Amino acid sequence: MIELYDYELSGNCYKIRLMLSFLKLDYVSKKVEFHPGKEHKSEKFLEINPLGQLPVLSDTNLVLRDAQAILVYLARKYDKKNIWCPIDDPEKLGLIAQWLSFGDLITGSSSAARLHDTLFYTEFDIGECRERAHAQFRILDEHLFFQEQLNQSWICDGEKPTIADIACFPYIALSEEGGISRMSYPAIRRWMDRFKRIDGFIVMPGVFPAGPRSF
Amino acid sequence: MEISCKDPVILNQWHPVSSLDVLTMDTVENTILLESKISFQLNSKEEVTAWLSLDDEKTLLPTRISYGFIWVSLGNPPKDLFLFPEFSESDRQNVATGVFGVNVSAGRTVENFLDMGHFPYVHSGILGEEPHTEVKEYDVEISEERDEVLATSCKFYQPQAAVNSNEGMDVDYIYRVPHINCALLYKTSPVDDARLDVIIIFVQPMGEEWVRAHTGMCLIDDESTAEQIRQFQQTIFGQDKPILENQYPKQLPLDSRIETPIRADKSAIAYRRWLSQKGLQYGVIPSAI
Repeated sequence: MIELYDYELSGNCYKIRLMLSFLKLDYVSKKVEFHPGKEHKSEKFLEINPLGQLPVLSDTNLVLRDAQAILVYLARKYDKKNIWCPIDDPEKLGLIAQWLSFGDLITGSSSAARLHDTLFYTEFDIGECRERAHAQFRILDEHLFFQEQLNQSWICDGEKPTIADIACFPYIALSEEGGISRMSYPAIRRWMDRFKRIDGFIVMPGVFPAGPRSF
Repeated sequence: MEISCKDPVILNQWHPVSSLDVLTMDTVENTILLESKISFQLNSKEEVTAWLSLDDEKTLLPTRISYGFIWVSLGNPPKDLFLFPEFSESDRQNVATGVFGVNVSAGRTVENFLDMGHFPYVHSGILGEEPHTEVKEYDVEISEERDEVLATSCKFYQPQAAVNSNEGMDVDYIYRVPHINCALLYKTSPVDDARLDVIIIFVQPMGEEWVRAHTGMCLIDDESTAEQIRQFQQTIFGQDKPILENQYPKQLPLDSRIETPIRADKSAIAYRRWLSQKGLQYGVIPSAI
């Protein structure tokens, strides 16, 4: 049975919940109270992940940390159609890895800003976090705009979304909680709307479902 | 030591700054209250001291410990805090469910807490669900004797009213606003329909548009763990947060002509009127006279 060490308000855990839902997989959510309990820094949890970070996935003999690594594993292991993380095309795989990494950069900026504003992580320089997030959002917005010009809906080329889209979505969708407006990123907003219409999409607190389609 | 906030109505209040359960004895904690940096410390005798952080003379501020929270004032606070007798009932579980920073005014935060209309949309599947969207007629009064806003006879259908609910139920609600930034919600207990669970929100204004929302529950529930109760409440509050932060303007307009209310907003109208009567200026857009 797949077990996910999980915290409801974590965007990185949400990446995994999304993947599990898209793949229609059953799993057990093992709650780790990030706030106010700081359970992710408890001795018990540090034995599972010495970095003291969520999420962690356990599946039979494997214990895996890092949201991006877990996405790769779940996609390769359970996506029989080979859609979410195709490996037959080296160029595409390279690009997926590039954007997975980018997703982690967004965690370092947008998620840090959210932690500052919401949970009082005052050690972060909020102005600097927001500036970095905006620089990253501009890069992704431009990329998505040019993708659209080529009739591409997703971060990496192809008919279907990949784990790169999943890795980037949560902390963009939660950015306003860190005072980072998405007003200036129309291509990102359109991409978010498409993402929310993927079969199996689920929400988390702070993320809303797509509105009714306009005509 | 200069305090930038000049509104006596808010300066003279007791303000919540921390729940007791997260504090370590004898450790100095820092926070912000009405734009002033303050420090406070709890000692092993459960006594609390507080002072303006940048004040070299460390002049002590008025403090008190009530209902599981530390309260501080920057002015001359009243002798007593509002009554919350359920907190001391021996068979209840009092759980501080966490404090969250929200980029909005205190008034907007309290008002959202009073609103039932958003349940089916924002807390879909938990505190409400379509098509049960109607807010039925309820009663509101401003009690002069207790100096609080009171909304009674509120009813709402909820699929999962509390962490220990097994099925949907029609839930009775009573709302109390006994403090300009604090509200208490009394709702049918899933285990004993003769008694009421209490959910609290105590808001600490850090600035006019930036608050710390302290949340807590006072439940008749000996089955759920404190952690389960916290998770439930955090999910709810996490859903409210983006709604709060997208309010425009972020400060609460007290003039009834600025935002058009509907019948379901009766409690909000009374709350705004009550704040107006008190002459509150901070974090609100006062009525034009």
